[in-house]
Amino acid sequence: MLLRLVPENTTIKFLAMRKVALVFSVLLIIASLGLFALEGLNLGIDFKGGITLEVGMEDQPVPLAKIRSTVGDLGLGDVSIKEFGSDREALIRIERQPGNDAAQSVAMTNVRTALTEAIPDIHFRQGNIIGPVVSGELARDGALAVTIAVLAVLIYIWFRFEWQFGLGAVIALVHDVLLTVGFFAITRLEFNLTIIAALLTIVGYSLNDTVVVYDRVRENIRKFRKKPMEEVLDLSLNQTLSRTVMTSLTTLLALFALFFFGGEVIRGFTAAMIWGVFVGTYSSVFIASPMLLFFNVRAESLLLEDEKDDPTVDKSKLTPFD
Amino acid sequence: MILSVVLLGILTALPNFLSESQRAALPAVMPTDTLNLGLDLQGGVHLLWGAQTEDVVTSRLNNISDQIRDIRRTEKGLNFRNIRIDGDAVKFEVTSDDMIDPAREKLRPLTTSTAGGVNPLVGGGVQEMILTHEGMHFSLTLTEQGIAVQKREAIARAMEVMRKRVDPDGTKEITLQPQGGDRIILEVPGADDPEAIKNLIGKTAQLTFHDVVTNLSQDDISKGRLRSRQKVLPVKGGGSMVISERVIVSGDDLTDAKAAFDQNGRPAVAFSFNTAGSRRFANHTRSNVGRPFAIVLDEQIISAPTIQVPILGGSGQITGAGSVAETQELATLLKAGALPVKLTVLAERTVGPDLGADSIEAGSRAAIIGFVGVIIYMILSYGKFGIAANIALMTNLVLIVGALSFLQATLTLPGIAGIVLTIGMAVDANVLIFERIREEQAAGRKPFQAMEQGYGQAFSTIMDANITTFIAAAVLYLLGTGPVQGFAVTLAIGILTSMFTAVVFARFLLSTWLKRVRPTTLPI
Repeated sequence: MLLRLVPENTTIKFLAMRKVALVFSVLLIIASLGLFALEGLNLGIDFKGGITLEVGMEDQPVPLAKIRSTVGDLGLGDVSIKEFGSDREALIRIERQPGNDAAQSVAMTNVRTALTEAIPDIHFRQGNIIGPVVSGELARDGALAVTIAVLAVLIYIWFRFEWQFGLGAVIALVHDVLLTVGFFAITRLEFNLTIIAALLTIVGYSLNDTVVVYDRVRENIRKFRKKPMEEVLDLSLNQTLSRTVMTSLTTLLALFALFFFGGEVIRGFTAAMIWGVFVGTYSSVFIASPMLLFFNVRAESLLLEDEKDDPTVDKSKLTPFD
Repeated sequence: MILSVVLLGILTALPNFLSESQRAALPAVMPTDTLNLGLDLQGGVHLLWGAQTEDVVTSRLNNISDQIRDIRRTEKGLNFRNIRIDGDAVKFEVTSDDMIDPAREKLRPLTTSTAGGVNPLVGGGVQEMILTHEGMHFSLTLTEQGIAVQKREAIARAMEVMRKRVDPDGTKEITLQPQGGDRIILEVPGADDPEAIKNLIGKTAQLTFHDVVTNLSQDDISKGRLRSRQKVLPVKGGGSMVISERVIVSGDDLTDAKAAFDQNGRPAVAFSFNTAGSRRFANHTRSNVGRPFAIVLDEQIISAPTIQVPILGGSGQITGAGSVAETQELATLLKAGALPVKLTVLAERTVGPDLGADSIEAGSRAAIIGFVGVIIYMILSYGKFGIAANIALMTNLVLIVGALSFLQATLTLPGIAGIVLTIGMAVDANVLIFERIREEQAAGRKPFQAMEQGYGQAFSTIMDANITTFIAAAVLYLLGTGPVQGFAVTLAIGILTSMFTAVVFARFLLSTWLKRVRPTTLPI
């Protein structure tokens, strides 16, 4: 007997929950935005400028106190020092130095020299300097990338379905992005360039989910012309539920492997992605689909085009089975 | 056809699993390119440099002014006065009306530049400057195009100089890449001391020889009573001297420079000039025996030896540059030539080799664990169909590695994350199809029809779903930098290969099985 996490022929009334879900999501979004406005994000040096230096010791714990006093004596402003992955490694973060790009390099050189003198066994695993010029650009490019991706997707779905679908998908996406920003505001995980990559991947993933549901909705609208929209949506969600759960689980399996075994450097990225898979799956079911009802998708608009001409429905026989 | 794609993938991926010597033993037709590891995986220094390209315009205008002065000196019957730089233009006046036409004639060649001609095959240069005059007032103005060409040229020359300085023997596989109009990315794999590299490149290394002005009193100097085209420069080791701004000969004319020792055993840099430089240096030393000349490096006088005898051979030595190590560095710098623009570090990333190795290990471990998890889960859920999906998934991995090797794309740590993520998402296409087949079978269709319907109905969904993810990956690639781009590349390749393996390859496996066994119901 094969494993079935979702029983066959479920008839869950998803749409009946739409008001509760909507209120829930709006509250979460408000909380995210509020937290973002009050606390801001724990921005990495990619966006803020500054210096990070990862140090390690061969076979003994890193002397954090000594590092703290050595670097503190240099008078470089706001410095944070914490363990990184294990007690053999530590990450030093130094705020952006006043002055131009060259001032950052000078500070880095001073830190390296002072640390080598104080702790001869220390070695430098990784060092980053982001000057004031580049950090501003990276932040701008990151925001631009997310916006462009969302717009490109809106256009694609509009073109492939109807405007209600495009708008519904984009609302779900904005929902996902905002909640992920909120996630970073509350967890205080570092928000850096790789998180932008994670955000875009979440956009891609969430959309993937939404499109699968929408595809089924379109098919069912054509099949059951007389059925009320709410029933059609519920039917479509139930039909795709097994797939939704299955894909989320395989993706989560891979992501959790990365989270626990992939190392410290990409842990923030995988944390964002894991959160994104949950949020993206939720939004496809509880946000994107009710939006179709809300925007009043009518069967007629989809029936105008002749189904037989749809170029993406593969009706050719690639490999005949009989 | 299907099998040949798979075979090709295996072939291109193969070199990654062989040792160096095994790769060398492969026949020539076999691909030998391995994965290109990013700096975050192999360790090294990544530096983003910003070039002050505005300087290029200034130095070009200075150069034009000098050429105008040369014309004044060599052409009889032409006299210019008040030669000055004003914005993007050089302005001057001729001293009488009848010089206007001959001046225009002589100045015209300056307006086009062959340097950096957009297309060297077409010949001719670009219109670099515009020559205008109002009566006796002349001006030579740099065009937008002229400025752009100068800047592009300067960046290209700077990259060449950087390469010679950082990697004089050409063995380090460094990467130099322009970014935007005024940025240069330098990557040095395996390096772990960014300071040494920054020192090597932070110096302009502009070497010039000048006449020393000796007929000024200390009083004149301290009160700044200098004549035009004279300036005070600091002397290395203390003090200052007045020199004439006119360059006798510069580092551009050097053909060679190496560290050596002078007759007293002090460290020195031995150099030799090209023919033009030798001639100019010979002319100057012949007529200035007994007078000092200044050797200037980056606005500092290194030494000011007195000319004992005319130097006709075009070679000599510079002493006073410092220790043995410093003369060695200076020799490298001089041989590489001067940087045409001043460069500053905008961003720096250094990854130690042990971190890179740790990242590879962690990434592969995560990939294997994720992979095994998904495989077990697929078999539990779909039985025989799951096995087909798993074979497709393994093929997919091989295809990704093969495609990355073939394209020589750079694999970064986020790139490994992209592959692991692809493992999770690649089975999505199969899940969609299998769920559809289950539905069709539950709706009472016979195995063949259920399969065919399943694939047919799921296809459009798979297309839409993958195209949207692909859009996100494309945006990431276009707007991302470094490691993020690495992630976008693996994600995009993963989408393409998973479409092939899940839709085409797994279907091929299943239909082959179906035709042979002909079951009454599908075990799904």
